[in-house]
Amino acid sequence: MAARDGGVTDLATGGPFAANAFVEAIQFLVAPRESVTGGVQVGGVDEMLTLTANHLLLSFAALAIACVVALPLGLWLGHIGKGEFLAISASNVGRAVPTLALIAFFIAFVGIGFLNVLVALTLLAIPPLLTNTYVGVRGVDRDAVDAARGMGMSEPQIVRRVELPMSVRSVFGGLQLSAISVVATAILGPLASVETLGTPIVSVNVYGQPGLLGASILVAALAILIYVLLAVAQRGLTPRGLKAGRSDAPGILRRIPFLQRQGSAQPT
Amino acid sequence: MSALLPLAQLEIRSRRGGTCESEDGFCPDWIADNLDRYVSPLLEHVVLTVASVGIGFAIAFALALLAHRREWVSAPVGALTSVLFTIPSVAAFLLLVPLTGLGVLTAIIALVAYTQVFLFRNIVNGLSNVAEETKDAARGMGLTDRQVLWRVELPLAVPEILAGVRIATVTTVNLATLAFFAGAGGLGAQIYTDITFRSNVVVAGGLAILLAAAFDLMVLGGQRLATPWRRATAA
Repeated sequence: MAARDGGVTDLATGGPFAANAFVEAIQFLVAPRESVTGGVQVGGVDEMLTLTANHLLLSFAALAIACVVALPLGLWLGHIGKGEFLAISASNVGRAVPTLALIAFFIAFVGIGFLNVLVALTLLAIPPLLTNTYVGVRGVDRDAVDAARGMGMSEPQIVRRVELPMSVRSVFGGLQLSAISVVATAILGPLASVETLGTPIVSVNVYGQPGLLGASILVAALAILIYVLLAVAQRGLTPRGLKAGRSDAPGILRRIPFLQRQGSAQPT
Repeated sequence: MSALLPLAQLEIRSRRGGTCESEDGFCPDWIADNLDRYVSPLLEHVVLTVASVGIGFAIAFALALLAHRREWVSAPVGALTSVLFTIPSVAAFLLLVPLTGLGVLTAIIALVAYTQVFLFRNIVNGLSNVAEETKDAARGMGLTDRQVLWRVELPLAVPEILAGVRIATVTTVNLATLAFFAGAGGLGAQIYTDITFRSNVVVAGGLAILLAAAFDLMVLGGQRLATPWRRATAA
């Protein structure tokens, strides 16, 4: 604990204290210790796993609900080519509302607890998904859609088998943005009595500086991991023909043979 | 020891007890009497945003010009900016504190890093979207590479560059509400100190949203001034 008694000067100048702080933070993650206030054990693998699980549960639930709401809406609006104003301004408005203000608004006006935080995070996750799905579908080559229609596909079939696969890249871009902001904002969960990886950060007077830094390291790693996993999933789900460098072999269009010659269906 | 804990820096201000206030309500009278306590957090927020976007733009501009000249720079720098953007801002602020100390500098370092993903990408895209024929024509007129860049490519890239500045600015206003985790104050500190008090949440949160909207309109206005030829065609 010597480092903590070192005070502001050590902190301001960096130096040995900095390295020490991160070493202590890692130690906090692996081994429990007595809390700053005394009496209870905090940190260690077990508690961090529990907090991580809570964090993930909250984040995935919010993302799943957002997908259920935003994907069909974005696909439908994009398909009929209407509601551009709604779809585009959703993310402009979403971007302008500070996440802390959103959480604070729920705490002050709606209430605390898992469900309220879940709703707040879902609201946060919807705009990027909606906008990117809409933009993705609008970006699909109209010739491909016309060809599908000419082959006798029904409108739902066109959405499912042509427009959705061809806008995977854009949809996943939106999903990544949503996931980033949900995982980041779930840190504020403890403000509304929801235990997440933000708990050691918000309750720093109990967990101490190592807990705060340890949780920060963990949540940063988690966010990057989720981002990478989504990027991998996007690559897996992108129709082979739409991947970079393969633009002349449009896999999704293989069912529409005469379109292969065009090969210019790269969505952006 | 408390000096090491960013959250302990926040001073919980006491409110005088009318019934509305003591019930955490939305109290127009209290708001009217206490608007002055939001002035300095608002100014801190403005400084954080302007400094971060300004410094961020200078860095992104230099990197984008480099990437424009040396193609291979673009992909790794772009990937790096994406990964930086992925790090939750609260974690970024807190992880920087042991390295650079509590304060505005730490907050600005993180906020600058977050602007890069929008600024770098939009500047690079804006430059590379200029039609090859246009550049050929400019070269045919005898312009050097440098002149082509400054007189043809950059002016034509202005709309896309400023679109990046708009997103970066609004995002920075948003992220700066969490800058108090780095001990840098701002409107977020104000929200956090009294998060259950409706009047406080509405005023501080509302100011942050208005600030984002104001910056957005300013950049939009700047874009119209900077690209008079677009007005002519759009109208």
